[in-house]
Amino acid sequence: MSQRTAPRASWSYTRFQQRFAPYLFVSPFFILFAVFGLFPLLFSLFLAFHFWSPLDGMGNWKFVGFENFGLALGPTDMFWKSLKNTLWIGLLSGIPQHLVALPLAFIIHHSLRRFQGTLSTVLFLPYITNAVAIAIVFATLYSERLGILNYLGGLVGLDPVRWLGDPNMVPYSVAAVVFWRYVGWNTVLYLSGLQAISEDVYEAATVDGANGWQKFWYITLPLLRPMMFYAFTLTIVGSMQLFEEPFMLLNDGGGSGGAGLTSAMHIFNTAFRDLDMGYASAMSWLLFLAIFAMSMLNNYLFSRDGGKK
Amino acid sequence: MTTTPAQRAAPGPRPRRARLPWQRVPIWALMLLACFLSVVPFYLMFVWASHPSAEVFTFPPHLWFGDAFISNWQGLMQVTDGQAPRQFWNSLYIALISTLTTLFFCSLAGYAFAMYDFRGKGALFGFILGTMLIPPLVMDIPSFLVMNNFLGWVGEPRALWVPGMANAFGIFLMRQYISSALPRELIEAARMDGATEFGIYRQVVLPLIRPILATLGVVTFVGAWNNFKGALIMKLSEPDTMTLPLSLRRLGGGATNVNVDWGAIMMLVVITVIPLLIVFLLASRQVISGLTSGAVKD
Repeated sequence: MSQRTAPRASWSYTRFQQRFAPYLFVSPFFILFAVFGLFPLLFSLFLAFHFWSPLDGMGNWKFVGFENFGLALGPTDMFWKSLKNTLWIGLLSGIPQHLVALPLAFIIHHSLRRFQGTLSTVLFLPYITNAVAIAIVFATLYSERLGILNYLGGLVGLDPVRWLGDPNMVPYSVAAVVFWRYVGWNTVLYLSGLQAISEDVYEAATVDGANGWQKFWYITLPLLRPMMFYAFTLTIVGSMQLFEEPFMLLNDGGGSGGAGLTSAMHIFNTAFRDLDMGYASAMSWLLFLAIFAMSMLNNYLFSRDGGKK
Repeated sequence: MTTTPAQRAAPGPRPRRARLPWQRVPIWALMLLACFLSVVPFYLMFVWASHPSAEVFTFPPHLWFGDAFISNWQGLMQVTDGQAPRQFWNSLYIALISTLTTLFFCSLAGYAFAMYDFRGKGALFGFILGTMLIPPLVMDIPSFLVMNNFLGWVGEPRALWVPGMANAFGIFLMRQYISSALPRELIEAARMDGATEFGIYRQVVLPLIRPILATLGVVTFVGAWNNFKGALIMKLSEPDTMTLPLSLRRLGGGATNVNVDWGAIMMLVVITVIPLLIVFLLASRQVISGLTSGAVKD
């Protein structure tokens, strides 16, 4: 690694600081991580096997083994339901995100290249905005009696929809907001993936007589694979932790019937409202395992298909 | 990876059959629809913030601006007990100090990983990347406990910005940029001239990495400004610490109640979003290309 083998004799201040400067420069991260990352993680793992509230004070925890985990996975608690809600909302928002973003990026790249900068800026806008503020705007749109959506529906003769009141409707309403926020982000990701594909490949294919569809199927999609993997991973990890949108739209209980209660909200309530830190820690580790498993599945699907090509 | 679309499009029109204008109509219609849907919630929040509270919910809804901006501001001052400017300042303070510290520590570490050879470099960098695999959610409970039971920082702004002063993503982004944009000879030359190691970073490296500092700066600012869950957990809920997202939650939570001052709430929504729009629009190209270049390389 170190090509520079310093001759011991020529010790000097210059050489001394040259050797130690990089360690000094990277140390802030490691110090911060030790205090605010590693120690808390270990502490949370420890708590997952205990019954404890912060009100009990340090040291007064009671060892309960796997009881917390068993409770979360058992039939009495909301954890399973919240996990199902999270997955369902994640599918409802995640799949359309990519089904829309990919063609959008493709059209911009091939037909509207001159306006690429402007279009990406506009489509990227929802991504940087404040989730709480936007949730309030959407809640207004969703208002049952006076919202714009039901007004527009009424114009074409539809009955008012209880966007945030009907448990069957809630996952769609929440997913629509999530979709709105992230579809542009994915478009921009795919756009930069498309830009990285060399024109030469397409020209060679044209010479060989490939048509537009063949080019898309045999060139664009395979070469876009790394970017798709990256974008899918971000979507999975993000949707599994969904919190702010349902929390704002539906309050902390997740609306009527708890149809919008995500796992992140359930863990938040258990930890910071009920102050059951051990149990909440156990659930956060279970959610971590779920995220990990889904990422692995994504990884597996991509690498398996990649091997075939 | 560094070729911009402009450079790529430069060598003349591509060999492709010219399309008739009317064939482009569906494409344009689709794009305009996508842009319209992206922008319309922003438009509506400004429209609503400009109408009297009683008229935010009217039937049919307002689609054009009204003249109640001033009175809604006064309404906002009333429902927040005059704390709205203070809340704006709290959010700004946390976002700015997060941004400055993150830029400093991440660029310093990224520079070390890009330009030095030192024992354990690969392992240390691998470790940093590995920490990116931890979902932020898993950190919520333990970091609250550290703040609450060990440091006593709950309720203080530093509980939000101190842990984020250096992060894996920032270090990764900086290393990628520095190793591809700065030649090592430059560092050697400065060293020959007798500059100290930190002096090289400050006088040679920092000025040359402005573009990526802008990217990371905007991303950090936006993230810190928007940090709702963190503020909720660390209980920044006293008048002198409350941030804008918490204030929004307090006024507009469970937002289907019609009997609240909607004009004031929409004014607060606008105030929360405007700085984000300004910061992003000033640097959007840089932010987008900086973020996605990191993604492609990965």
